[in-house]
Amino acid sequence: MSETQKVKDPTPPVKESQGSQVVREIMSGNAVISVLAVVVALVIGGILIAVTDPRVSTASGYFFADPGATLSAIWSSVSEAYGALWRGATYDPTARTWQGQLGIFETLTFATPLILSGLAVTLAFRAGLFNIGAQGQIILGAAFAGAVGFGMHLPPVIHLLAVILAGAIGGAIWGGIAGFLKAKTGAHEVIVTIMLNYIAISLVLYLLKNQLKDPTSTNPISPQMDANAMFPLLLGPNFRVHAGLIVAILAVIGVGWLLNRSTLGFEYRAIGANPKAARTAGMLVSRGYITVMLISGALAGLAGVAQIAGTEKSLDSEIAGSIGFDAITVALLGRSKPWGTFFAALLFGAFKAGGTSMAVNADVSIDIVAVVQSLIVLFIAAPPLIRSIFRIKAARREGASA
Amino acid sequence: MKLELKGITKSFGALIANDHIDLVVESGEIHSLLGENGAGKSTLMNVLYGLYEPTAGEILVDDKTVKFSGPADAMAAGIGMVHQHFMLVPVFTVAENVALGAESTGPGGILNLEETRRKIREISARFGFDVDPDALVEELPVGVQQRVEIIKALVRNAKILILDEPTAVLTPQETDELMDIMRQLKAGGTSIVFISHKLREVKAVSDTITVIRRGKVVGSADPSAATTELASMMVGRSVSLTLDKADAEPGAVTFKVTNLTVMNDAGQRLLDDVTFSVADGEILAVAGVQGNGQTELTEAVLGLHKHVQGSIVLDGNELVGRSVRQVLDAGVGFVPEDRQDDGLVGEFSIAENLVLDLYKKEPYSKFGSMNRAVIAKNAEAKVAEFDVRTQSSQDAADTLSGGNQQKVVLARELARPLKLFIASQPTRGVDVGSIEFLHKRIVAERDAGTPVIIVSTELDEVLELGDRIAVLFAGKLMGIVPGKSSRELLGLMMAGLPADEARAQLDGTAAGTAGTTPAGTAGTTEGERS
Repeated sequence: MSETQKVKDPTPPVKESQGSQVVREIMSGNAVISVLAVVVALVIGGILIAVTDPRVSTASGYFFADPGATLSAIWSSVSEAYGALWRGATYDPTARTWQGQLGIFETLTFATPLILSGLAVTLAFRAGLFNIGAQGQIILGAAFAGAVGFGMHLPPVIHLLAVILAGAIGGAIWGGIAGFLKAKTGAHEVIVTIMLNYIAISLVLYLLKNQLKDPTSTNPISPQMDANAMFPLLLGPNFRVHAGLIVAILAVIGVGWLLNRSTLGFEYRAIGANPKAARTAGMLVSRGYITVMLISGALAGLAGVAQIAGTEKSLDSEIAGSIGFDAITVALLGRSKPWGTFFAALLFGAFKAGGTSMAVNADVSIDIVAVVQSLIVLFIAAPPLIRSIFRIKAARREGASA
Repeated sequence: MKLELKGITKSFGALIANDHIDLVVESGEIHSLLGENGAGKSTLMNVLYGLYEPTAGEILVDDKTVKFSGPADAMAAGIGMVHQHFMLVPVFTVAENVALGAESTGPGGILNLEETRRKIREISARFGFDVDPDALVEELPVGVQQRVEIIKALVRNAKILILDEPTAVLTPQETDELMDIMRQLKAGGTSIVFISHKLREVKAVSDTITVIRRGKVVGSADPSAATTELASMMVGRSVSLTLDKADAEPGAVTFKVTNLTVMNDAGQRLLDDVTFSVADGEILAVAGVQGNGQTELTEAVLGLHKHVQGSIVLDGNELVGRSVRQVLDAGVGFVPEDRQDDGLVGEFSIAENLVLDLYKKEPYSKFGSMNRAVIAKNAEAKVAEFDVRTQSSQDAADTLSGGNQQKVVLARELARPLKLFIASQPTRGVDVGSIEFLHKRIVAERDAGTPVIIVSTELDEVLELGDRIAVLFAGKLMGIVPGKSSRELLGLMMAGLPADEARAQLDGTAAGTAGTTPAGTAGTTEGERS
């Protein structure tokens, strides 16, 4: 009743901050908002494509004489661009080689690490933690996996399993640090994981110049992985899609079970939704924070394995690309649900695979893809915006408490 | 000033919180709005105060239609509101708080508080408020903070004052003082809308009573109406307000608290050297104004506090130093004071909440995997047994009303064999109908031979349930008195007098040596409370 009077022990780091409440609201919106965010982002992307197309601006020069010409120029410009994007990401009968026609497999290849790192963000989020550190965890995972992959020489299968394990451990260590600091000192995981990202990149650069350096190269790059340490290609040498995809799908199923069926997931969700009630019910909130960050880090580490043992073959400082950050978007778009994350990762994989095709075939800057992706984040992060555009009513609860 | 509400309807989506409410508040009367929690009283007042826009209907001030687009409009029209949760800035002084939002400034935008101070002193003197304009709000007792809220409204020339559940945070003595203030304001021509669900207070102070149930006005009553009559109007069926409770048959003393001290991180003693014991089959009610160490007492037993000294023994086992899990496993059932914060996970289903502290045990889970079928079956059984009003046990817990949420918590905590049952504010925010049910369940647990501790700030509840009553003030135990002690005695103890002194004072007053009013004592001792 009277908050003014309540003297509460502020020590345990279970108090939900204002910021994470906002994130909660963003993450727990419904799927409709996700779909609409994508649609609106694509529409705005289309407008950008149209206004930057010289054909459209030429036609608009005589707009009043022939408005139809402008409209048809806009239509052809946008439909060509998005058509090329779609075909590049799925199936393009006009491509010169038959491998090139099947862009869908490129989509799957790009999606693989996104699925795994997206799951990492999703899982941590469900326990109330905002893991911004997937990037660092991927890098550490890739470094550990690489060290085993090119540093050791083991028989087939065993070598790959060792690489996977090492990658998971690497990521788990990096995630676990953030969880440990959160649980023991209350250090905010957002700050800690961001900083760990910087440390990870610098650490790996240092290792690439020293211990992990390929002696035959002058660049900070590691030796190539052993053939035994690589994920087998699923469709032969013509396509890059590799067995990491299977790992990723298994991870989706595993995280789904963990969150929805297991006692551990029950604890994580309770801690995430109401840490005080979880504590009162006898759950160890701090232990939950540590273990969930270990698992989350391990998942991101597996994304690092998918990178190094799936497509990249050797370790360099660019191993994680922007995957760790895209993972946050993917988890947001997937509404922090395992299968939602899976499909969001597929979409982002498709953007990546189709973006090149759009740039080449429709002569539209690949930056448009980045803009669309950013707009998606923007619209998801501002659910009231989408709601007001489409006049969706927010769930009102204050009436019940009146 | 006369205020009239005509056909006010307010709906939130499908939920109709107010349904064609008509209400007339005459000039200079105290008009009580009586209704259970969730009946729509607060919604109606928020409409009146311009916080919500009514879906239909109109508001008339002195027979002229007005439209409020925000509290500023309502204030300009002479309507002031004291919210249940005070809208004060704790680190500001009284004058600063009163001036906030209507600051008068001198040249260069410099704040001029002199005028505000003068007005506060004037109002304070006129109504006997005893409020220092330069005191920091956070250092004032709750009762005085409430007066600051009233001053805030009066400074803005409020002719109609809305008091939303004003007595919820007060001691019995403070409540009496507030009622005196209300009568004085009325004598000065201010109309008051008094919102409450406490029948005794409503009867004591009102000129007119309007009863609201499920968003509708169900009738008006005379203050002289019988309590049971008012209660049945409020609930919509006849309720028994007195609990059928046999005398306790205390068994062996199995729960002992010795020299228990709880400190916060700063080393401040929130609970100070408390010693008591509870026997099997007995209810110890812990009374006290909110924030006098009751929360810390219950949390210390459960193992939620870090800085605990002394000993808590249950069945020969020391509980201090154990984890929450271990304490629960030792057979402690715990109903936390704030069910939404500590008792339930709002977005979890009712079924999940019913196993919130049992999920690791068979048959609810096996080898780390939850058994959904068993959990759902358990939920069906509990929902039926405790009469939880819900469409489905798979609905989220935060869709339930307060009373039904509390039933869920109680159902869960009483589900296992207990060696000790602790409930904090078991019926806060719970409708009268559910209170009856919850009290019966608690007494049933006592009759089954479990030692029971009930913490409550509601004196009625304490008197109703307690076989013995312990009173806490500023973290110290003022004494333990028998269950049927007088309200006056408990009131004095809640204000900081040890049991024997309180008794002596009551005897003294009865003998005719009145002079020092209990209220005066309460004022001074309470100021020392942090």
